[in-house]
Amino acid sequence: MSTLRTTRPIGPLVIDIDGVVKLYQMGTETIHALRGISLKIHRNEYLAIMGPSGSGKSTLMNMLGCLDTPTAGRYEFNGKNVAAMVDDELADIRNREIGFVFQTFNLLPRSDALRNVELPLIYAGIPSDQRRERAQQVLEEVGLGNRMHHKPNELSGGQRQRVAIARALVNKPSIILADEPTGNLDSQTGIEIMALFEELYKLGNTIIVVTHEEDIARHARRVVRLRDGLIESDGSVS
Amino acid sequence: MNTFYYEFRESVRIAFAQITAHKMRSVLTALGVIIGIVAVTLMGMAITGMDTSFESSLAMLGDDVIYVQKWPWGPVVDWWNYTNRPPLQPIVATELNKLIEAAPSTLLDVAVPVRVRSGTVKRGDNSVGGVYMAGTSGDYGRIITADFREGRLFTETEAESACAVCVLGCDVADALFTNVPAVGQTIQVRGYPFQVIGVLARQGSFLGLFSFDTQMILPIKAFEKDFGGKNIGAEIRVKVKDKKRLEEAKEELIGLMRRVRGQLPGESDNFSINGEEAFKEQLDPVKKGIAIAGLFVTGLALFVGAIGIMNITFVSVKERTKEIGTRKALGAKRRTILLQFLIESISVSVIGGIVGIILSSSLCLLIGHIFPKLPISFSPVLVVVSLLVSAGTGIVAGFAPAWGASRLDPVVALRYE
Ligand SMILES: Nc1ncnc2c1ncn2[C@@H]1O[C@H](COP(=O)(O)OP(=O)(O)OP(=O)(O)O)[C@@H](O)[C@H]1O
Ligand SMILES: [Mg+2]
Repeated sequence: MSTLRTTRPIGPLVIDIDGVVKLYQMGTETIHALRGISLKIHRNEYLAIMGPSGSGKSTLMNMLGCLDTPTAGRYEFNGKNVAAMVDDELADIRNREIGFVFQTFNLLPRSDALRNVELPLIYAGIPSDQRRERAQQVLEEVGLGNRMHHKPNELSGGQRQRVAIARALVNKPSIILADEPTGNLDSQTGIEIMALFEELYKLGNTIIVVTHEEDIARHARRVVRLRDGLIESDGSVS
Repeated sequence: MNTFYYEFRESVRIAFAQITAHKMRSVLTALGVIIGIVAVTLMGMAITGMDTSFESSLAMLGDDVIYVQKWPWGPVVDWWNYTNRPPLQPIVATELNKLIEAAPSTLLDVAVPVRVRSGTVKRGDNSVGGVYMAGTSGDYGRIITADFREGRLFTETEAESACAVCVLGCDVADALFTNVPAVGQTIQVRGYPFQVIGVLARQGSFLGLFSFDTQMILPIKAFEKDFGGKNIGAEIRVKVKDKKRLEEAKEELIGLMRRVRGQLPGESDNFSINGEEAFKEQLDPVKKGIAIAGLFVTGLALFVGAIGIMNITFVSVKERTKEIGTRKALGAKRRTILLQFLIESISVSVIGGIVGIILSSSLCLLIGHIFPKLPISFSPVLVVVSLLVSAGTGIVAGFAPAWGASRLDPVVALRYE
């Protein structure tokens, strides 16, 4: 069984970073959050990024998600040079190509599930009837067809994260980035969320999950381990 | 373009959700704008009201009548240059009329002498005080701007023979004669009886200070006989033929007056030529001053309102930093965030503006109900101006916080707790 998993998925290259460095200036001190990371991620990979606290996982994630640009190094996303892009161009890439799932869900408190899921489509300029249709479809896919008009505070933690996942999926992004997606959930709900990711992966999505729990990382097909801003190991799950 | 429209709609929706979620805070913030807009509209109403009352008051003076008097209208510093002028006697009017008749292409129509005093008019136990009494000639009918409600003016003959007849302003007549028609009745001034032969129609008051409806007009000869005051002098009112050529008419009148007075060339006029534009000159700076002071006060009120909005928008941006980060992660551009917070500040401000308009228009109705004579009105222009001003306040106040929000680094914003 495990030998099957060692075969790498062969899809087109989505993420190609090379020698990426990220420095933070704290007063006079320079913090090396990333010291030279090189990574290639293909379509329909399921990848976990692991490492101890402070190793640079979130920093790398922000970089991959085009929320941030590297201090040095090269970053190509679907062949486009992201490192040279300005704010609004990055916003466009994030909107069309990347789906974010946060540890704290980050839903808009005053909007119901449907409107939360519709939000990326608004920024993409999709007309409202198409928006509604697509958002309903994705909410049904994550099993919330009967919770569309609930506000976040009327949903359980697991349901909130499902809404967030639906929101990440709604624009049919190239990759889904999840930073500690189960960090705020009890273990049973966490398992359910990971099962949902598994399902999405099987449907052909590309998923990158940041976690420091081995149990969670075990769901992925490939694990990248960071330590002190460097890749310590990168390999298939055995 | 579509994107912009969808973003706009979503921003409006979020803005209203935000306002209703923080009702108390929104109300308090809007209060500043409400006060500002009430100040703006009340000021606007006061200024337009002042203008209309001013214009109609000037019309009452007669815009085709020139006043020849000893003193000029308006403030005088060098009073010593005026005090020794000879008083104007009714004979001056007679002389002027002779000259006017002799001049073939004159711009002047007729000169009328008027003697003025204030007094009490009695009928039985009823009396009206502070009546403006004007003794004049039979020509007065040619320069008068008011209509007669009943009766007529005295004739030339009645005037010349010092007939004890009079015409009353409507307020005087109404106060003295409640049930019977005034014409034909007799009234008394300082014990002298006068027969009422006419009542003037309502004219209103001059700038709310001086009522034209509490006057009494009587023959100047009767005035002199009963009230004396011959040495005080009179004023001469001269009607012009064409009010569009008022300035030329004045020049002609000055020439005629100097001939009547026998003044030498080089000597300065020993009389003053007054007209309604003297009032305009007097009142224009006052009006301007009131407008500037009003603008300043309303500007201050709006400024305070704007600071309130700016403050609350800063708070809102701070509170929702994480939301801003999330929105940016989902693809919101800078202008999207800018627009969102601007729409919030504009919404609060315009809601305040609308409430302000409703408040001040009802206030206007109320004032109009209590003081029907005040010439205030709520114009649609004021509504438009108020809406624009409140929207502008929202933009100005919301811009700095909204700009800051739009510039937030998404990573920093997402980390914000
Ligand atoms: N905005 C910042 N300013 C300064 N230093 C930062 C900033 N963001 C991250 N760092 C530093 O960079 C390093 C990597 O941080 P990062 O958040 O990527 O760690 P992490 O692996 O995600 O840790 P955790 O598991 O605790 O989330 C840390 O030393 C952190 O202090
Ligand atoms: Mg982290």
